[in-house]
Amino acid sequence: MKNLSTLVFVIALSFLYACGGGSKSRIEQIKAQSKVEASDPYENWEDYQGIGPVSEFKLPTSINQELALSGQEIFEAKCTACHKVDKKFIGPSPQGIMSRRNPAWVMNMILNPNEMVQKDPIAKKLIQEYNGSPMANQNLSKDEARAVLEYFRTLK
Amino acid sequence: MKNNNLHANALIIGMLALIMSCGQAGKNGSNGALSGSIAEKVYIAPGERDEQYAFLSGGYSGNLTVYGLPSGRLFKEIPVFSQFPTSGYGYSEETKPMLNTSFGFIPWDDLHHPDISQTNGELDGRWIFANGNNTPRIARVSLSTFETEEIIEVPNSAGNHSSSFITENTEYVVAGTRFSVPVPQKDIPIKEYKSNFKGALTFISVEPEHGHMDIKFQLLMPGFNYDLSHPGRGKSHGWFFFSTYNTEEANTLLEVNASQNDKDFIAAVNWKKIEEFVNNGGGTKMASNYAHNVYNESTHTATSTIKKEVLTVNPADVPGAIYFLPTPKSPHGCDVDPSGQYIVGAGKLSANITVHSFDKMLAAIEAKKFDGDAYGIPILNYDDVLAGSVQSGGLGPLHTEFDGRGNAYTTFFISSEVVKWKLETWEVIDRKPTYYSVGHLMIPGGNSRNPHGKYLVAMNKITKDRYLPTGPEMEHSAQIYDISGEKMELLYDFPTHGEPHYAAGCNADLLVNNSKKIYRLDENNHPYGIKSPAEARVERDGKEVHIYMSTIRSHFTPDNIEGVKVGDKVYFHITNHEQDFDVPHGFSMIGQGTSEILIMPGQTKTSLWEPKKVGVWPFYCTDFCSALHQEMQGYIRVSPAQSDIQLSWSLDE
Repeated sequence: MKNLSTLVFVIALSFLYACGGGSKSRIEQIKAQSKVEASDPYENWEDYQGIGPVSEFKLPTSINQELALSGQEIFEAKCTACHKVDKKFIGPSPQGIMSRRNPAWVMNMILNPNEMVQKDPIAKKLIQEYNGSPMANQNLSKDEARAVLEYFRTLK
Repeated sequence: MKNNNLHANALIIGMLALIMSCGQAGKNGSNGALSGSIAEKVYIAPGERDEQYAFLSGGYSGNLTVYGLPSGRLFKEIPVFSQFPTSGYGYSEETKPMLNTSFGFIPWDDLHHPDISQTNGELDGRWIFANGNNTPRIARVSLSTFETEEIIEVPNSAGNHSSSFITENTEYVVAGTRFSVPVPQKDIPIKEYKSNFKGALTFISVEPEHGHMDIKFQLLMPGFNYDLSHPGRGKSHGWFFFSTYNTEEANTLLEVNASQNDKDFIAAVNWKKIEEFVNNGGGTKMASNYAHNVYNESTHTATSTIKKEVLTVNPADVPGAIYFLPTPKSPHGCDVDPSGQYIVGAGKLSANITVHSFDKMLAAIEAKKFDGDAYGIPILNYDDVLAGSVQSGGLGPLHTEFDGRGNAYTTFFISSEVVKWKLETWEVIDRKPTYYSVGHLMIPGGNSRNPHGKYLVAMNKITKDRYLPTGPEMEHSAQIYDISGEKMELLYDFPTHGEPHYAAGCNADLLVNNSKKIYRLDENNHPYGIKSPAEARVERDGKEVHIYMSTIRSHFTPDNIEGVKVGDKVYFHITNHEQDFDVPHGFSMIGQGTSEILIMPGQTKTSLWEPKKVGVWPFYCTDFCSALHQEMQGYIRVSPAQSDIQLSWSLDE
């Protein structure tokens, strides 16, 4: 059994190398099948949509200022105990988050933090980096989380 | 090991023999609780949930305990009449008013008879009511938050025991006095008991939407002891039945002197008739003094109001509303079957159970067949109202519940057993011992039109050798029986807390979906609550210091405070900013003369601290809230009274 699995792994690896210069999606497929986590999930953040009620989606190019304003209100009421815009606090600052996380990931982290910190590679790494301080589930609705995301887009 | 097969065969045969013999033992009942099938009936696998809730009175603990059936697992203790350091109930500034009475702050009571609210005679799962026996009070507990929401004191009452039973649409919660007293209270010789003392039966209306309680009227009855009561239902809806003892009106050595009459009474009260009388302006307003305490879920704060007047009714003024049904041997339990036809009076010094017929009672009243009167209240003939008598063979019947299949179950204190008997034929079907000296029993829904006749819980007064000994004081034992078959089957044995007098139970699905998970922060209207840590601050008003503080895993905002002085009264108003299920934070301060407080998500609670010593003093979170719980702490600098250090506060500066 052990020999067989080694053999499969070697074949998979060689396949991976062979396709190295080819299409990215093929690599993604094999990565997913072999369940080998990327060496650094922070580096490969574009691969992660998070785990939760929100699946991958594209943001419109323009920012909805009204939505962002309501998101700011929600953020200030329910999140600022741990997140400050101008500095790293209990948790990270949301400043510039759109250039290091997918929109769906951000919303899933807000909406489903308990499962995220157990299963999502980025969230798992974050909770270690932040001394095990848990991301609190503040029971936001999907619409509220979307508004907070829009607010984050204004924090460049 | 050549004879491996032989060994294996022998082992199998041996095991088979063992299994078969166990099965047989189970059947014979000599070893019932050990047989596999019985264990399976109470086994709730890890992660699985119970079928039913059971709310057991905590007796002299003053509180209510919540158990699962059939597992007998304890889920929660709900503080009702007693201070409870576990949550800070009765210690926090918001909940102190809940324990206010006309006698001042009373930190304790003796909680007796829980009863779940009903609509059309069936449990509706909105509230559970309970009585404080010692300083007469009735409490209403929400079955969505599992918190005490309201307590009303009952004036002119003493030993509030024939309480807190509700009518079938929760129109009233009824509270009867066990001890008669002078009404109104006055300074007279005790020997003048007879005719001077009255027994108040209090009908407290329940406002249908929020459950708020208000005394509608008090019936001032002769000076007997009103022991227990139950509402009519179905055909007898509109009536209430109260057992009495001490119709001798003895005021000393009741053990002997109140056991002289061969029969006492069950008082049948037509409350609809009296309600009509008072709605038409009847009754006499009497100056009084009693507390009404209401907890507001939106402000997370209780207020106490002293009421000054109560409407009393003299039975003589409402002829035809009250009758006495002679009932042998100092009846204790007074229970009504699901159809409303039978009123069961358990003469506690008797071997037999007396059952009165509602129809026969009405016929006797119609025919005006009375056997004299007591203080103007007509007494019916025993034989005219008797439906039947259960020749039980036991001794000391106390309480009866029903299974909805035409059977009744009565506890016998002296002979320590539950006896199952059949309504209408009055024959005994089964009897099972209890361990030991059973008081109340409860079948979920047993006090309604629709009992869930699967489990029966017997609550005992004596434990003795049932569990590992724990010194002279033992928790009282309870037993769970399966009553789904012809014969009762003892399933399980579990310790209770305090002394359970009665209980109420219901199917789990009645409550599960309404059980609240968090308080919404945006619905928090506490005057000292803060919606965001940006509002955290400290304010001084003379000697009072108000700290507006917030919590989230795992820090207080602010956590460094200076400018507090010896002799100040420091109020910590703490808002828990968590919005996730089951994430409370606690708060405690060194040298504080009160308990910790436990603050639920979205809730604000206030803790008072009167610093006595100069220094820098820590506070911390008492509930293990996260991996960084041990870091959840702060410091307060206390300066001498004459110091001019200004207030300041900070977090991470």
